[in-house]
Amino acid sequence: MEHIAIIGNGISGVTLARHIRKNSDKKITIISGETEFFFSRTALMYVYMGHMKFEHTQPYEDWFWEKNRIALKKGYVKQVDTNLKTLHFKEGDTLQYDKLVIATGSKPNKFGWPGQDLEGVMGMYHKQDLENLEKHAPNKDVCKRAVIVGGGLIGIEMAEMLSSRSIPVTFLVRENSFWNGVLPNGESEMINRHIKNHHIDLRLSTNLKEIVSDEHGKVKSVIIEETGEEIPCNVVGLTAGVAPNIDFIRDSGIDIGRGVKVNRFLETNIPDIYAIGDCAEQHEAIGNRRPIEAVWYTGRMMGEVLAQTICGNKMEYKPGHWFNSAKFLDIEYQTYGWVFSERSKSEHEVHFHWKHADDTKCITVAYHKDTNAFLGINTFGIRMRHDVFDRWLTEARDMDYVMNHLTEANFDPEFYSKFEKEILETYTNQLQTA
Amino acid sequence: MSNKINNSMSLANPDALNITNTQKIALAIGAIGLFIMALALFNTNFPNKGLFLTLALGAIIGGVILYSREAYLNKLEGIKNDGVWFKSISSRGVLGWILGVVLTSFYIVLYFFPKYLGLGTNGEANSGLIGLFDPLSHLLSGRDASQWFVYGVLYTVAILAFGYKFILKYRHNRYQQLRTGSVMFFQLGFAFLIPEFMYVMNNDLPYYDLKSIWPLNYYIFDEWSVKGFLSTGNIGIALLLFGLLSIFVITPILTYKYGKRWYCSWVCGCGGLAETAGDSFRQLSSKKMSAWKLERWLIHTVLVFSVVMTVAMVYSYLGYEKNDFWLTRDVFISLVIGLLTVVFAAVMYFKRHELGKDAKMGAIGYAVVIALLLIMHFTGTTDQLFFIKSGTLRSAYGLYIGSIFSGVIGTGFYPILGNRSWCRFGCPMAAILGFQQRLFSKFRITTNGGQCISCGNCSNSCEMGIDVRAYAQKGENIVRSSCVGCGVCSAVCPRGVLKLENDSMKGRINPTEVLLGNDVDLMDLLNNK
Repeated sequence: MEHIAIIGNGISGVTLARHIRKNSDKKITIISGETEFFFSRTALMYVYMGHMKFEHTQPYEDWFWEKNRIALKKGYVKQVDTNLKTLHFKEGDTLQYDKLVIATGSKPNKFGWPGQDLEGVMGMYHKQDLENLEKHAPNKDVCKRAVIVGGGLIGIEMAEMLSSRSIPVTFLVRENSFWNGVLPNGESEMINRHIKNHHIDLRLSTNLKEIVSDEHGKVKSVIIEETGEEIPCNVVGLTAGVAPNIDFIRDSGIDIGRGVKVNRFLETNIPDIYAIGDCAEQHEAIGNRRPIEAVWYTGRMMGEVLAQTICGNKMEYKPGHWFNSAKFLDIEYQTYGWVFSERSKSEHEVHFHWKHADDTKCITVAYHKDTNAFLGINTFGIRMRHDVFDRWLTEARDMDYVMNHLTEANFDPEFYSKFEKEILETYTNQLQTA
Repeated sequence: MSNKINNSMSLANPDALNITNTQKIALAIGAIGLFIMALALFNTNFPNKGLFLTLALGAIIGGVILYSREAYLNKLEGIKNDGVWFKSISSRGVLGWILGVVLTSFYIVLYFFPKYLGLGTNGEANSGLIGLFDPLSHLLSGRDASQWFVYGVLYTVAILAFGYKFILKYRHNRYQQLRTGSVMFFQLGFAFLIPEFMYVMNNDLPYYDLKSIWPLNYYIFDEWSVKGFLSTGNIGIALLLFGLLSIFVITPILTYKYGKRWYCSWVCGCGGLAETAGDSFRQLSSKKMSAWKLERWLIHTVLVFSVVMTVAMVYSYLGYEKNDFWLTRDVFISLVIGLLTVVFAAVMYFKRHELGKDAKMGAIGYAVVIALLLIMHFTGTTDQLFFIKSGTLRSAYGLYIGSIFSGVIGTGFYPILGNRSWCRFGCPMAAILGFQQRLFSKFRITTNGGQCISCGNCSNSCEMGIDVRAYAQKGENIVRSSCVGCGVCSAVCPRGVLKLENDSMKGRINPTEVLLGNDVDLMDLLNNK
C-alpha cells in the first residue's frame, strides 16, 4: 500500500488527506510539530478573546482521524532524504514514505530589528505564539501596553485581541494608511478611522527602529525610527507579513526560491515530492495571483486538487476567480475578482466608490476604463454572495449590469437595511457628472 | 472538540475582563430585589406587600437594564462575546454550578413542594413568596396568587429584562432585535396577560396560553381541559378548535414557509426564555456526534410517548356507544391510525431518497406507535390502559416530561448543559416541527460559496448543538431538523458565510465534492469515479 506522508497539519495538508481518503485506500500520515490535531489557525484570536476555547478551533473530533485511518505523528522533521525516501525527525526517529507532500505553511517575518528575539516579542501565527501572548499579556496589569509592528491582517487582529482585554495598543504602520498596498484609499481611510474609534493608538508612516531590553532580557520599550520616540511596553507583536516555513529542506535538493518551487501540478523538481499551501511557490504566477499565496482558501484548493493527482487523476491547479475575506474589528470585508489599490492598479482599472454616511460600510467596484467590463468588488459592512459574483465574472458582465443587479448578490441577514438603491443612484449621478 | 472545561490559560487573573463600577452597582440593585424575595420566602411579613413586590421586581429589572446599558452602549456595535469562556458563570465555573443548583432547587420546590413557597392550602391565605405576589394577582384577575402565578411573573420578568439586554447586545442586527421583540410580546401578552384577562371574563375557562401548542401543551386534550372548553359555550369551543387548527393547519403552513423558527425562536415561551435569560449559556451545548445521537433517540422517544399518551388520554374519556357522541373509541383510534399512516406513506413516497438510512428508523417508529395504539385498543378497559390506571399514566407523563425534563433539567441546567437542552433533547413540539423542517420547508441556512475559514464561531454559538462549521466548511447548506433559526451563527460569522433564508425547495440540500472558487473540471472528477 502506497504511503503518503504529509508534513503539516494545516488546512492544506488536512484537506489533502481527507480527499485522498475519500478516493483511495492509501496509507496516510500527517506530521506536525505544532499540535496533535488540526485546528483552525484563523480562530486563534478568538481563544485569546474568550469567545472560544482552543478545542473549539478543532473542526474534527479526536476520533475522526482513527476512524478515517489517517495516522497523526507529532514531531518536527529535521531533514528529508529524497534518495532513500526517508524523513529524519528532530526527536531522532525516521519515517519512510512513497510520496511526500510539504504543507508546512508560513512563519512570521522578522526584518533584523534590534531586539526582535527578546522575551515578550512575538508573532501571531502558531499555537505557541498564542501561549506566549497569554503568558506575557494575560491582562492590563501585567501588560501595560503592547506595540504592534506591521499593518496587515494579522496586525489588526492582534490589536483587536489585546484590546479585548483592555490592554492599550500602539499600532505602528509603515504605510501612510492602513493596508493601502492592497486596499483602495477610500476603504483604507475608513478603516483608519474605525481603528481609532476602538481607542487603538494608530501610528501611520511609522517604522520601528529598535526594541529595547530591560535587565532580564525582556522587552521594555520600542523606539520609533522617524521621531526617536520611546514607547514603553511589555509586549511587541511582529506582524509584518509571513514567509514560507521551509528551513528544514534547504539542503535536501528540493528546489526552493522563497517557497518550495512547484509547477501547476504542484510537483517539485524531485519526483514523488509535492508542495501545497502557503509554502508552495509557483514557477510563474497564475493570472493576477502572487506566486506564493498565503491564504486559507488557496491552501484548501491545492489540497483538493493534489488529492486527485495522487489518486491517479492527474489534475492541474486551476484556481478560479479570486476571492477573499477578513474582518477589521467590527467591519467585515469581502472581495470578489480583482480590485487593486491606487498604488498597484494598472492604468485601465478605474473605481466606483460608495460609502455609507455612518462610516462603517462601503464598496469599491473596479471596472475597465475602455470596455466597461466588471473586474471586481470590495465590500465592507455588506455581505455579498460568492456564487453570484463568481458567475458574473465568468459571464464577463459589464459594470452597468453589475450595478443594476447588485440586489441579487446581497447576502446580509434578513431585515437588514438595504443600500443597493442608494448605491445605484450614486453610480448613476456620477456617470452623469463625469 | 470536547467541551471539557479548563480554566483560562491565564497565569495571573483568570477573569481578564472585569466589570465596571456601574455594573457592580447594577448587580447590587438586582441582588436587593432578589433579597426582598428571599426575605419573603422566609416568611418576613412585609407591611405593604404591594410596595415591596414593586420594589423587588423593579430592582431586578432596573439592575439588568443598568448592567446591560453599561455593558453594550459604551462600545461600538458588533459582536460582544469577549471573555464568555473566561467568566465563571458562563463557562461552567463555580458561579455557573451555583446558579444551576439554585435554579434546579427552585424548580423542584415549585413543582413538588409549593407549600414551601407559601402556597395556602385548605383555604388558608398565602404566605411567604407567593403571598408577596397576591397584590399583583388581585390587580390582574381578582384572585389570590398561586405558585404558577409567581412563576409566570418571574418568567415574564426574566424574558423582558434579559430580552432588553439581548436587544442591546445585538443592536446592529435587526433580525435579532425583531425576533427578541417578538418573544417578549408573546410572553407578556399571550402567556401572561391574556390568560389572566380570559379568567376575568369567564372564570370557568381552563388556563390557555394560545401560543402553547399541543404536544408542547400536553394537557390541552385532557378530559378536564376539554370539558372546561365545552362547558363554556362558543368561546370555549372556538378555543378548542383553535388548538386543533394550530397543530394540524397553522403549524404546517408556517413551518413550510419559514422553518420551525417561526415558533421556536419567535413565539414559544420556552424558546423565549432560552434566547433571553439563557443567551449567556448558548455556547455550553455539546457539539459532539455522540450528543447528536442521544438527541435523536431522546427527542423522538418523547414524541412517541407524547402522541401515544395524548391518544390514550382522549381515548380514556370517550365512550363505546355511537348514540352518545359520534366520536367513539373505535372511530377515534381509526382516525388516529389513518392520519399517521397517511403521513408515513406520504413521507416514504416523496422523501425516501433524502432520508436514506433514517427511513428505517422512521418505519420502526411508525410501527411502534401503531402497535402501541392497537395494544391499547384491544387490551384497554374503561379505566385501565396498558393495564395501568389511565390517570396514573397521565400524571406520570406530566411528572417526567412536563416537570422534570422541561423545567428542572431544561431550565435548571442552563448553566451546565446550555440554554436549549429541553428544546433539543425533549420537546415533542420541536420534534414535529423539526421533522417537517427537514423534509418539507423552504428554510435553510445558506453557506456562502467557499468563504468559510473553519473558525468555529458558528458551532460554538449554536445553542442546539449543531456543528454548523461541519457544513459550512464543505460549502453545504445547513438543513437540520433541530435548527431553531436563532440566527446567531450568521451574526457571529466573521466572514459573512451564513444566511438564514426561505427559498425554493430545489437545491436546498447541496452536497459538493469541491467548493466554489476552485476551477477543477467536475466532469473529470465524475468520470474518474
